[in-house]
Amino acid sequence: MRPLTDEETKTFFEKLSKYIGENIKLLIDRPDGAYCFRLHNDRVFYVREDLMKRAGNISRENLISLGTCFGKFTKAGKFRLHITALDYLAPYAKFKVWVKSSAEQQFLYGHHIMKSGLGRITENTPQYQGVIVYSMHDLPLGFGVAAKSTQECRHTDPMTLVAFHQADIGEYIRSEETLL
Amino acid sequence: MADLVASVLRSVAEKETKYKTIEVLKDIDVDIDEGNLLVSDTNPFDLTKFRSNKEDFFKNLARDNTQLLINRIWQLPTEKEDDVIVAKLPEPKTKIPREKPIPSAKHVTKWEHYARLKGIARRKKGRMEWDEQAKEWRPRWGYKRANDETKDWFIEIPDNADPYEDQFEKRKKEKKERTAKNELQRLRNIARSQKMKVPGVGLTPTENPSKEQLGKVLAMAKKSTASIGTFTETLPMEKTSKYAGKKRKFEPNYGDIKKETSKQLEIFKNLHSDQPVVDVNKASNLVLNQEDASRAKWKKENPFGPKKSGKRSKMGGRGYYKGGGKEKKGKGGRGGNMKGGRGGNMKGGRGGNMKGGRGGNMKGGRGGNMKGGRGGNMKGGRGGNMKGGRGFFSNK
Repeated sequence: MRPLTDEETKTFFEKLSKYIGENIKLLIDRPDGAYCFRLHNDRVFYVREDLMKRAGNISRENLISLGTCFGKFTKAGKFRLHITALDYLAPYAKFKVWVKSSAEQQFLYGHHIMKSGLGRITENTPQYQGVIVYSMHDLPLGFGVAAKSTQECRHTDPMTLVAFHQADIGEYIRSEETLL
Repeated sequence: MADLVASVLRSVAEKETKYKTIEVLKDIDVDIDEGNLLVSDTNPFDLTKFRSNKEDFFKNLARDNTQLLINRIWQLPTEKEDDVIVAKLPEPKTKIPREKPIPSAKHVTKWEHYARLKGIARRKKGRMEWDEQAKEWRPRWGYKRANDETKDWFIEIPDNADPYEDQFEKRKKEKKERTAKNELQRLRNIARSQKMKVPGVGLTPTENPSKEQLGKVLAMAKKSTASIGTFTETLPMEKTSKYAGKKRKFEPNYGDIKKETSKQLEIFKNLHSDQPVVDVNKASNLVLNQEDASRAKWKKENPFGPKKSGKRSKMGGRGYYKGGGKEKKGKGGRGGNMKGGRGGNMKGGRGGNMKGGRGGNMKGGRGGNMKGGRGGNMKGGRGGNMKGGRGFFSNK
């Protein structure tokens, strides 16, 4: 467990800002206590400071998880967000996509969102913008990337993809053993 | 007599009941591989017999097929050796899978690989060699070898060589270096065959080391002290070698969280600073300007060509700067020359006066965003070209 280096912080924030923009500030600087990001086994954890200090007593091999896992650094040095980060992404989301209840299951099985399954989308969503996916009852289901901008979405046929799937809460069951 | 016949017949009959006949009939001929002593029977099972008594059925089947095999063996040429009849078995027909895996190909050394690539064949050399001095055949290498250089009691100093250099010592050193090089190459070949990381590529002994090699050697030598280079002095103005390696250094885990937070905020602030911010106005103006420039060039080249720009009145108002506040799109003057610059009065532009020079070309303000001119005067010289203002006036 160690703090992120500057380079790592930059990659991490770049990825995170695709979803929550400048709301990252609210994660770094919290009025309700000191929180920090820690790297452990290539994974980035968002953890309260006192909890982190306690976890420091556990040896490196035995420590599995602490706080909330935001994702992991790949071997190539890129950062990949995990579904566990959704709890922190959803409240600060800048761009949202709502899926119809009929397409909900498809998304939760790991499929992309088609125009036919699109319920609503935030105005002025640019193409390839990171979006949080909600059900029609405003339950966050996961996140992805907008395949089409809001303008383009209006004029496409129902079978075109409008949002690429990246992570969904179905992963809690599908990849239970790899999620931390 | 009849008794005898009857008894013989009875004994034969008894024998026949005791021993089965060697004749075995099969619907489909069985496949016999004498070399492996193998019979493969492809006849279908008689299911009724099989179900009534499995044990007997198999026993009989085995007996019949063995009989067929033995019949076939008796057809082979036989010999008698020490009162024992021996049949000579032919080569086995059936291919039996090998027990052990196929041995892997021998790893080729780098030279062998190269030689194969270039088609260099090995030349056979005899073990013995003619020694000119001893006038006899001697081994090519080893004890009492022919043309042994080490046994020379006298070496001529070569031309341009240092006369005080010990030629014997030099020879010994060269030999040692060759041996060392060979050993290194051998180890590298082994490493390559084991698919390990090939060691020490940077430090092979070479006649004329390159700058890069020297850099590597220097970086290594600096570290090769008891203190791993901690106390190795550096020359003034010496740069750190790029081969020196980098030390990982991480922030303390339990450091100052506030400092960490502020550092992260700083990083976040500078996150998108390296990406250029596109000023749409500026970019669109740039394109418009380029269009204008190309038009102007065209006009210069064809002064008597079809007129692209007429009088202002014919310009359909294009060249006319309407007053009234901002001139967002200064399309005026796009037609090229605005002669009679008197007309080139920009009454708009927030009180700004823009006078094209009398009879001069007014290129200024072309398509530019004339936000400026706030009370400022822009005067082209009389009869002069006013080329200024081609770009973007933004006296904010």
